[in-house]
Amino acid sequence: MARSRTAVPSRNERFLIDVSSGGFPWLTLVVFLPVLGVAAVLLVEEALAKWVALGVSSLVFLVSLVPWVLFDESTAAMQFVETHQWIASPSINYAVGVDGISLPLVLLTTLLTPLCVLVSWTAIRTRVREFMISLLVMETATLGVFVSLDFVLFYVFWETMLIPMYLLIGIWGGPNRVYAAIKFFLYTLAGSVLLLVAIIVLYFYAGENTFDILTLSNAEYPAWLQAWLFWAFFAAFAVKVPMFPFHTWLPDAHVEAPTAGSVILASVLLKFGAYGFLRFSLPMLPDATQRFTSVVIFLSVVAIIYGAYMAFAQADLKKLIAYSSVSHMGFVTLGIFVLNAQGIEGAILQMVNHGITTGALFLCVGIVYERTHSREIVDNSGLAASMPVYATFLVIFALSSVGLPGMNSFVGEFFVLVGAFMWNKAVAALAALGVILAAVYILWMLQRVVYGTPAQHMASKLYDMNWCEIGMLAPLAFLVFWIGLYPKPLLDVMHASVDHLVQKQARVMMVDEVSPLPRWERARVRAKSMEPETR
Amino acid sequence: MMIPLADLVTILPELIVVSVACLLLALDPITPSNRKDLLAWMSVAALAVCFIVTAGSMGDRVYAFSDLVVVDGYASFWKLLLYVVSGMTILLSIGYLKEERIDLAEFYGFVLLSLTGMMIMVSGADLLVIYLGIELMSISLYVLAGFKRFEARSIESSAKYFILGAFSSGLLLYGISLIFGAAGSTRLVEIAAAVDARGLDDSLILIALMLVIVGFGFKVAAVPFHMWTPDVYQGAPTSVTAFMAVASKAASFGAFLRVMLEGFGGMKPNWSGLILGVCILTLILGNLVAIVQTNVKRMLAYSSIAHAGYALIGLVVAGWAGTGVSAKGVSSMMLYLAVYSFMTLGAFSMVAILRRGANEGEDLDDFTGLAKRHKGAAFLMLLFMVSLAGIPPTAGFIGKFYLFMAAVNAGLTWLAVVGLIFAAVSAFYYLRIVMVMYMREPSPDQEGETRLALSPTATVVLALAAAGVVIFGIYPWPLVSLTASAALP
Repeated sequence: MARSRTAVPSRNERFLIDVSSGGFPWLTLVVFLPVLGVAAVLLVEEALAKWVALGVSSLVFLVSLVPWVLFDESTAAMQFVETHQWIASPSINYAVGVDGISLPLVLLTTLLTPLCVLVSWTAIRTRVREFMISLLVMETATLGVFVSLDFVLFYVFWETMLIPMYLLIGIWGGPNRVYAAIKFFLYTLAGSVLLLVAIIVLYFYAGENTFDILTLSNAEYPAWLQAWLFWAFFAAFAVKVPMFPFHTWLPDAHVEAPTAGSVILASVLLKFGAYGFLRFSLPMLPDATQRFTSVVIFLSVVAIIYGAYMAFAQADLKKLIAYSSVSHMGFVTLGIFVLNAQGIEGAILQMVNHGITTGALFLCVGIVYERTHSREIVDNSGLAASMPVYATFLVIFALSSVGLPGMNSFVGEFFVLVGAFMWNKAVAALAALGVILAAVYILWMLQRVVYGTPAQHMASKLYDMNWCEIGMLAPLAFLVFWIGLYPKPLLDVMHASVDHLVQKQARVMMVDEVSPLPRWERARVRAKSMEPETR
Repeated sequence: MMIPLADLVTILPELIVVSVACLLLALDPITPSNRKDLLAWMSVAALAVCFIVTAGSMGDRVYAFSDLVVVDGYASFWKLLLYVVSGMTILLSIGYLKEERIDLAEFYGFVLLSLTGMMIMVSGADLLVIYLGIELMSISLYVLAGFKRFEARSIESSAKYFILGAFSSGLLLYGISLIFGAAGSTRLVEIAAAVDARGLDDSLILIALMLVIVGFGFKVAAVPFHMWTPDVYQGAPTSVTAFMAVASKAASFGAFLRVMLEGFGGMKPNWSGLILGVCILTLILGNLVAIVQTNVKRMLAYSSIAHAGYALIGLVVAGWAGTGVSAKGVSSMMLYLAVYSFMTLGAFSMVAILRRGANEGEDLDDFTGLAKRHKGAAFLMLLFMVSLAGIPPTAGFIGKFYLFMAAVNAGLTWLAVVGLIFAAVSAFYYLRIVMVMYMREPSPDQEGETRLALSPTATVVLALAAAGVVIFGIYPWPLVSLTASAALP
């Protein structure tokens, strides 16, 4: 089976795996084009920096469409795989590839980066060159996280991302930016401390002497080790998601970051944690996942309700969206840890949806902030009169965030709730409460911002969106309806990979149900029961 | 007595360095003060020759002077590193000495003499030879630390260093004399034989072992023997501080490791726990105290203590684990110190070039808004700070990664966790420098100061340090394989 490849394939072998790509290193191109863009930004004069950044990031988006077009939806195997030796001892490879779980996230990243350049067009006036460089480095690191097939490579990208994000928040952020930047940095760094140790421990315990993610996913680990590793992973991923009670860095970072930073943070960075759960915790540690799933689900439900509750109380638009992110990401982790196909597909869909919707909402806040220089709801009330086009877009994205049928989030949340219902009816009921609360705080926000009494002192500053801003939001609005009305193309991409993921969980459950053996013996038995299939 | 030619060939690099040092001291009075650069270039050229000689003989294990001196891959590795570091120090000093108005080429002579001491340390196969190396290194450094003789701080630094250094040398010497009583020799091989013969709980050898550890603990600035470091580092001329923090630490670690493994290798159970305790204390104190520093030189001094703690993880692993893994501990420590050398030299060079006129350049405030005043300099400092904090894709991460690999391999997973937690703590004070450079506006009186004391040679040093940090971060394999092949078994 292609999934259990360990050795560096010969040219022919690689070609066999990669019929679709024809051997061309599409993913490397996608990941490292932004770095080339950095060189270009450095060479041109300051005024042209944003043009170059826009050109490069748009090019990256176009190139990233190629793997999507050529993607083979029938297999769970990694595609567009490239493996090159990076360090010989211990064996660390530059290995990249995508499957149905990572491809949507890659596309999301490449789509949002040019939009981030656009939204910063007039908003960022100082040190434009450095800003664009940070943004492009950020894109490379983010894409690298999603396509890495080597655990060390993954960690390198995972940590590299911290520096440009720290600078984005700290240099171009709001008044309290320094505090928010260092808080973000230390929180996530502290979270990933145990991740690195866990990676090294996996290397020694898997007995394969490799950091190859697929090989490590197919190895069996004793139950006690799985438990330790699970919490080590959890610390890193839960901070990034962020799950309750590790979310406190998020409102600060979101509020203080410039619009582009908030968009990247919400749409892409928050996906790191959920992606980590899907890529590492579930396949590598199936026993521990089963064992602790109720803890994670409990935290997810708390996050859904608590996030919604907090969002309700916010007077600052960005803070409101930040807390709504906590709530929405609660749906994602809930979907992942109910461990059935509906839940996981819903979770991945919800990751993409949250990226689109929340990204768009932050763009909306950025647009109005540029006019009024305030994020307070009272300063931005009654915009429908002076900014009708803007109000239309805001209503679209806000309703999408609520999960109105026909829009993207509905599909994702529906799947997650179905999955949760299959796991436990009470959990599903509580999570559904989150949907209702979302309706409450979003609609109340809309009522004030769009239809409220216009704030007189801001009236002179308001003017409707220009074409550039419309061009920024229109593709996202299109996606909202596309995924809402016809999600099949996206679901088809992830089907095979999710099935593969769920099957492994199902095998664990099957063995566990019939097995009279103690837990630590089951892993061994299961390894035997899986043998015919791997042959 | 005739000295065999083969022995002299073995120590050819030492001979070259020491004769150039003497030549410099002789030429200094007759060189006009505006031509002192020539002498600096002469020393750099000598170092380049030595580099070629040592690199050419890499890998052979040769004993000389009736087994007093050994040249093996391990010694050669340290020597190569020391040449690079000394060369960079000299290049940095050319501009720095002008800025400080010190026109004495004796400076370069003392750097080379100190280097000779370090080379003898890492090549010594006999405790007394190693002791001689330590003394030659230390005495030269005492002089260098007090080179700004018109400045009270520098004199204080030199005096403190001298008193505490002499004290620690005394302890070490006392330990050596006890060893001589127990083993009847000071050769490392014969100490190892005596350890085997007399067993693990021979009190005489144990006391000697303790004294040796204390003596080396002073030299590498491990807690609780670190007290001299902050004052000495702060008061010494910055290029000397860089040299002390990097070269003297690397050489001391090189000798320390050889003594512990080749001399006391039979007593690993006795000392590995002790070193483990010192290692953890060093990590905790170095990192925590660095947080509250507002003087960058002083902060870097505590950071260098903390990094000694990381390097000690390698020694702990070497003492804790069986044969195969032990070598991994050694090689990871060598790798770490090599990486540490580049990033620390880079950071101190930045402090040195900020020194201009009345501006000391060592206060945290002097870095305020540097990104506005000088983009390139701020970016390089960012790079060094990120690397010191151990964040990829810089060399600092690779160094830590291999240390933690070795620790987990030796079954010390919790030690890796402790190390990583303190790496996260260290990010706080390293990033504070990034913060003042990028996120604060320059104060009005700094607004005009866009010029740095950036001589062409200092630029070369910064470029080399940055290249080391970036290249070994992205493509570390050459360095990794070099340390793996040069490690003591």
